[in-house]
Amino acid sequence: MTKHNFGRLFFTLPYYLWLLLFVIAPLVLIFYQSFLGLDGHLTVQNYLTYARSATYLKMTLNSVWYAFLITAITLMIAYPLAYLIAQLKRRDFWLALMILPTWINLLLKTYAFIGILSQSGPLNALTKALGLGSHQLLFTDAAFVIVAAYIELPFMVLPIYNAIVGIRPSLINASLDLGASRVQTFWRVIFPLTKGGVEAGIQAVFIPALSLFMITRLIGGNRVITLGTAIEEHFLTTQNWGLGSTIGVVLVVAMLIVMLLTDGANAVKKGGKRG
Amino acid sequence: MKKFFSLGRLFLALVFFLMYLPIFYLIYYSFSSGSRMDGFKHFSLVHYQTLFADTRMISIVLNTLIIALLAALISTIIGTSGALAINRAKRSRRQLLVLNNILMVSPDVIIGASFLIFFTFLGVQLGFWSVLLSHIAFCIPIVVLMVLPQVRTMPRSLTDAAYDLGASRWQAFSQVTIPAIAPGIRAGFFMALTYSLDDFAVTFFVTGNGFSTLAVEIYSRARQGIDLEINALSTVMFLVSLVLVFIYSRFSVKGKGAAVK
Repeated sequence: MTKHNFGRLFFTLPYYLWLLLFVIAPLVLIFYQSFLGLDGHLTVQNYLTYARSATYLKMTLNSVWYAFLITAITLMIAYPLAYLIAQLKRRDFWLALMILPTWINLLLKTYAFIGILSQSGPLNALTKALGLGSHQLLFTDAAFVIVAAYIELPFMVLPIYNAIVGIRPSLINASLDLGASRVQTFWRVIFPLTKGGVEAGIQAVFIPALSLFMITRLIGGNRVITLGTAIEEHFLTTQNWGLGSTIGVVLVVAMLIVMLLTDGANAVKKGGKRG
Repeated sequence: MKKFFSLGRLFLALVFFLMYLPIFYLIYYSFSSGSRMDGFKHFSLVHYQTLFADTRMISIVLNTLIIALLAALISTIIGTSGALAINRAKRSRRQLLVLNNILMVSPDVIIGASFLIFFTFLGVQLGFWSVLLSHIAFCIPIVVLMVLPQVRTMPRSLTDAAYDLGASRWQAFSQVTIPAIAPGIRAGFFMALTYSLDDFAVTFFVTGNGFSTLAVEIYSRARQGIDLEINALSTVMFLVSLVLVFIYSRFSVKGKGAAVK
C-alpha cells in the first residue's frame, strides 16, 4: 500500500510542484516585489508614489474607462450576433467561422490595422467617399478601442452563444403560448436565462482590455494608456520592478472586483489567453 | 417579421465581413510588389521569396515550433496527472480547481511579470529554458480543464473490472484509464499547442535578448512599421491555422468541451 502511494505521489508530484512554483510563488513574489524600493529595501514607497501621482491615477481611470467601452461595444455587437447565429440552420459552422480569426496571432491582426487605419488606408478612403473627410485615426485612443473590440469580439460571442443555445425551446414556447409578445419573451425569459453567458463574456473581455499592452504600443501611438502598458513599461523599459509590481497588484485587484461583480462561480473563461 | 429577419441577415453579413477584412487585407497586400499596405502595385511573389530566404525568420519559426511541441507534450503529461489528482481529491477538489484556474484568468502581463521576477529570483538565465518553462506553466491548466470532464465521466467500474481481471496498477492505468480519457488528452494537447503558438505577452517578458519566438519577432518588426514580409508570413500562418483547425475538429471530442479556443 505504501509502495503504491509512493508511486502515485511520484506521478502527481510534478503537478503539485507546478502549483507551488508557477502559481503560488510568482503571485507571492509580485506582491513582495511591490513593497521593494529601487534600493531593494522593504517600503510602501511604491504605493505612495502611485497614489500621489495624478498621472497614474488618471491612467488607471482611463484604462478602466477604455476597458468598459471595449466591453460595452463588444457586448452590443456580440449579443445580437450570438442570438442570430443561434437561429441559423448550420449554426455550428457559423460559430466556427466566428471563432476562426482567434486562431490567427493577435499581433498579425493588430498589424493589419496599421494599414487599415492609415491616412491613405481603406477606412479613410471610405470616410472621404462619404464626404466626412480624412482623419488621423492611427495612434489615437479611439484606434486602440476599435482594435481591442475587434480582437475581443469572439470571446464575448462564445459564452453568450452557449447560453442561448442552452435555453430549452419549451420555455420560449410556453412564454409565447401564455400570451407574451416576442419582446416580452426576450426581456423576461431569454435575457435572464443568458445572464450567466453575458457575465462570462464580460469577464473574458474586460480583464484583457485592462492589460493589452501590445495594441496600445502598435496602434495607440506608444503612449501609456492602460495598466498593462504601464506594467510593461516599468518591467522592460524603466526597470522599476517595484512600481511595476505595484501597478500589477492594482490590476489584480481590478480583476478580482470584476470577477466578484460577475459572479466567480462560473469563472472559467472559455476564451483563450491573450493580453 | 420578415423584414426584421433580413435586417438580421444584413447585420450578420456585415459583422462577418468586418471580422475577416483585416485578415484578407493582410493577405491581399502580401502579393503586392510595393512596400506599403495601401495602393496595390502589381501582383508579385517577391515578399514570399524574401520570407523563405530569411534565415533568421526560419530559425525563429523552428524555435517557436520546438517550444510549442515540447511545451504541449510536457504540459499534457503533467496536466493529465493533475486532472487525475484533482478527481481523486475529495475534500480539497474545489480549492485545487481554484488554484489550477488562477493562470487561466490572470492577465498575461501579470503572468509575464511575475514569471520574470521568479526566474530572476532563482537566477535562471532568460532564454530558451525560461520561455519553455513559462509555456509549460501556462499550458498545464488548460490541459487539466480538457481532461477533467473525461476523467469524471469515466465509470469506476472500468478500472475495477481491470483489477478483478488481474491487471496491475500500471496495466489498469495504461490500458484502461488512458484509452478511456484519450479524447480529452488529445484535445488538451491541441489546446496547449495553440496556446503556446499564440502567446506573445508572457514570452515577451521572459525571453531576454538572445532568444525570440515568432510573435515576439512580429512585434518588434511591426513596431518599425509596415514590412510586407510580415504580410507574406501571415498568409502562411493563416493557412497553417486552417490546417490546425481542421486537425483539431477531426480529433476533438464532439460537442461539449470542444469549444474551439
